[in-house]
Amino acid sequence: MFIRPIFRIVPDDTRIPFMRGRFMGLIVSAVLSIASVILFFHPGLHEGIDFSGGIVMEVRTPGPADFGKIRAALAEQGIREPGVQRFGEATNVLIRLEAQPSEAATQDMVNRVRTAVESSQPGARVLRTDAVGASVSAELFRDGMLALGLSLLMIMVYIWFRFEWQFAVGAVVTLLLDVTKAIGFLAVTRFEFDLVMVGAILTIIGYSTNDKVVVYDRVRENLRKYKSMSLRDLIDLSINETLNRTLGTSMTVFLATLPLALFGGSTLSGFAWVMLFGIVIGTSSSIFIAAPILLFLGEHRLRRDAAVQSPAKAAS
Amino acid sequence: MMYFSRLKTAMVVGICVLGVLLSLPNLFPSPASWVPWRTIHLGLDLRGGSYLLLEVDMNAVVKERLDSLADSARQSLRRAGVPRFTATPQPAQNRIVVRIDDQTKQDAALAALRELATAAGGSLGARPDLDFEVTPGQITITLSPAALIDRATAAVQQSIEIVRRRIDETGVVDPMITRQGESRIVVQLPGVEDPNRIKEMLGKTARMTFRLTDENANLNAAVPPPGVDFLPLEGQAGGKIAVRRRVEVDGANLTDARAGQNPQTGEWVVNFTFDSVGTRRFADISRANVGHPFAIVLDDKVISAPVIREPITGGRGQISGRFDARTATDLSVLLRAGALPAPLTVVEERSVGPELGADAIRAGAIALAVGFVLVMVYMAFFYGLFGWMANVALLVNLVLLTAVLSLLEATLTLPGMAGILLTLGMAVDANILINERIREEVRNGRTPLNAMETGIRRAFSTIIDSNATGFLAHVMLFVFGTGPVRGFAVTITVGIATSLFTATMLVRLLMVRWYAARRPAVLPV
Repeated sequence: MFIRPIFRIVPDDTRIPFMRGRFMGLIVSAVLSIASVILFFHPGLHEGIDFSGGIVMEVRTPGPADFGKIRAALAEQGIREPGVQRFGEATNVLIRLEAQPSEAATQDMVNRVRTAVESSQPGARVLRTDAVGASVSAELFRDGMLALGLSLLMIMVYIWFRFEWQFAVGAVVTLLLDVTKAIGFLAVTRFEFDLVMVGAILTIIGYSTNDKVVVYDRVRENLRKYKSMSLRDLIDLSINETLNRTLGTSMTVFLATLPLALFGGSTLSGFAWVMLFGIVIGTSSSIFIAAPILLFLGEHRLRRDAAVQSPAKAAS
Repeated sequence: MMYFSRLKTAMVVGICVLGVLLSLPNLFPSPASWVPWRTIHLGLDLRGGSYLLLEVDMNAVVKERLDSLADSARQSLRRAGVPRFTATPQPAQNRIVVRIDDQTKQDAALAALRELATAAGGSLGARPDLDFEVTPGQITITLSPAALIDRATAAVQQSIEIVRRRIDETGVVDPMITRQGESRIVVQLPGVEDPNRIKEMLGKTARMTFRLTDENANLNAAVPPPGVDFLPLEGQAGGKIAVRRRVEVDGANLTDARAGQNPQTGEWVVNFTFDSVGTRRFADISRANVGHPFAIVLDDKVISAPVIREPITGGRGQISGRFDARTATDLSVLLRAGALPAPLTVVEERSVGPELGADAIRAGAIALAVGFVLVMVYMAFFYGLFGWMANVALLVNLVLLTAVLSLLEATLTLPGMAGILLTLGMAVDANILINERIREEVRNGRTPLNAMETGIRRAFSTIIDSNATGFLAHVMLFVFGTGPVRGFAVTITVGIATSLFTATMLVRLLMVRWYAARRPAVLPV
């Protein structure tokens, strides 16, 4: 059908002076990240049951759910302050209870909610029960944070190993800015922060690094190729050269994730929206954050290194 | 570089064919038990079922060990002729404090107590399981850390065994019972929507003992007489009965227990059979106590206290006590399976009904199909022929991913399906890198063959670097994640690995074949 490509995202040989906007990019990014950190503390994240502990039960009723009846039945069972809300379709109800003081109390509560639901109206059933005790939720949180921290560390070590240290620092600082924004997004949208979200953030980290590595790779290559070009022009050139790829990959990952956000069901749509946000952030930060940081850190050092290395290379 | 030896071609094709073969078992049921039939398992969030995380009460394990140790210590000291002593278990410090009034007997006491120590843990070498500390008038016996670990391991192992037996009796198909960490047990019950009955069964220690009662004890006394406990009577609010502490026959001496109905009254009962030791002991006790009641105690509750009418020598007995069909069956199951070494508590529960699982599968499948089509259309529009090659690679990648996951017998969860989609989106990245690079090389004035060769070679190191970092991040998620999130980490790490093969090796093969057949003067980039 198509032998030759039909579209290009950007024409070849663009010469967009991205580095001219470096201060603007960093300032906007810093402001967004600071705002995100503030949002993280106030109002804070909407912690999912994995991390906060407690009980979540999804209920399906035969017709549109009667919230009054369900609340009344819960009250009859002596359940105070349950969160009862519609979940997706009109027949689905989500009941949330806060963490109970003990494991035995948690189990007791689960049974009481079940009894209440089944007595509230004929045909009402519990479809899903998640009950997480306090000790387990604390561990899940710790493990999630460990996974995040260690992957940042390992990525830094890997990049440091494969590139010069300026690249590693640039990548990790950018990643931190990306991650804070993703957390800010979570705080604004009120999506539940749970283990699946940690997975989303880790994927954003992986994707964003991938993007940075491609640009950095080109910078490194051009450092060898153009001995006399200033680092600023060289970074601009590298970004322009890789622009089609950077945007192309963002597009495919975006297109793959979009149906998940639209049709993936209530469990995955939060994950997918955060991913989509992360893809946009990760792509723009490769250009406007990671590259300028490299320019600041490497202004003198990288060029001199290259100059020192090149005669040696030529000789060998 | 662009030359593909026959061997290499055969290998690439072979891997693809193998991938198809290994994926096939997912589509058909196993033809016979001897055919190796490895498939991807559906996680409980997709097929419906219950996940329970149980914690073994280690404090109870230590306490029980200290109690029995204190008992033995008292006996040893008595045998050694030590007058006036106390032996107090202190579970919080894992120790027993023995106080002796007569200090001249301290050496004799220590010698007697030392005999209680046995070698702990095979793997740790023959180290004694008890540490002794002597101060005038006092000997402190502490369980050594090695002994504690040993006890804990044994208790968890034994609990797993008992849990398995109990669950097998309930008829749940394919339960999975595994150990997690030091003191936890994961129980996965496919198809179980409401695990209430199983939770109830696992929540009981089910230690049954046959003991004599103390008919002379004053039940209103504040403290029971020495050697006697006031135990509540099952089914009677406030009912108490004075039971001697000494265990005459233990539930461990049962060989069988079955629920049944009393033919005369129609009342539900549990019939049990003792093993030879139990039979002999029960015969002795019943012979000596005709006309007196004995108590059948289950988890510190008296379920029945019948009067012995005649000596019971056949080793068979019957427990009656306000049972209905279900409670009688449950008790017989618990007795057959044996007692748990320590109480279990449910610390995490996740149950999903099959209906919701089916919804999740449908939603995931739709998202997967739409995502796949979108990515393929994009690649076709933006990269033409080479885009189609990437699309072929993408399909093969899905097959290989299925094959590897089947081979690992991995569990596919809802987040795992998201992982597959992301893998597809990321997999074409390698092709985009290659295609963009080839295009650049063409524009640099290279001949088609040379441009393809250089483009692929130069893109390769970038592909490795960019995939390695994503791979590392998800390995971390696999190590620290639990449950469904792990499924996400698995699909995405395996997907990155298989995409490296399809996006580079397979696409290169397709390019070489195409070039050899057409010999184009210009590349379609």
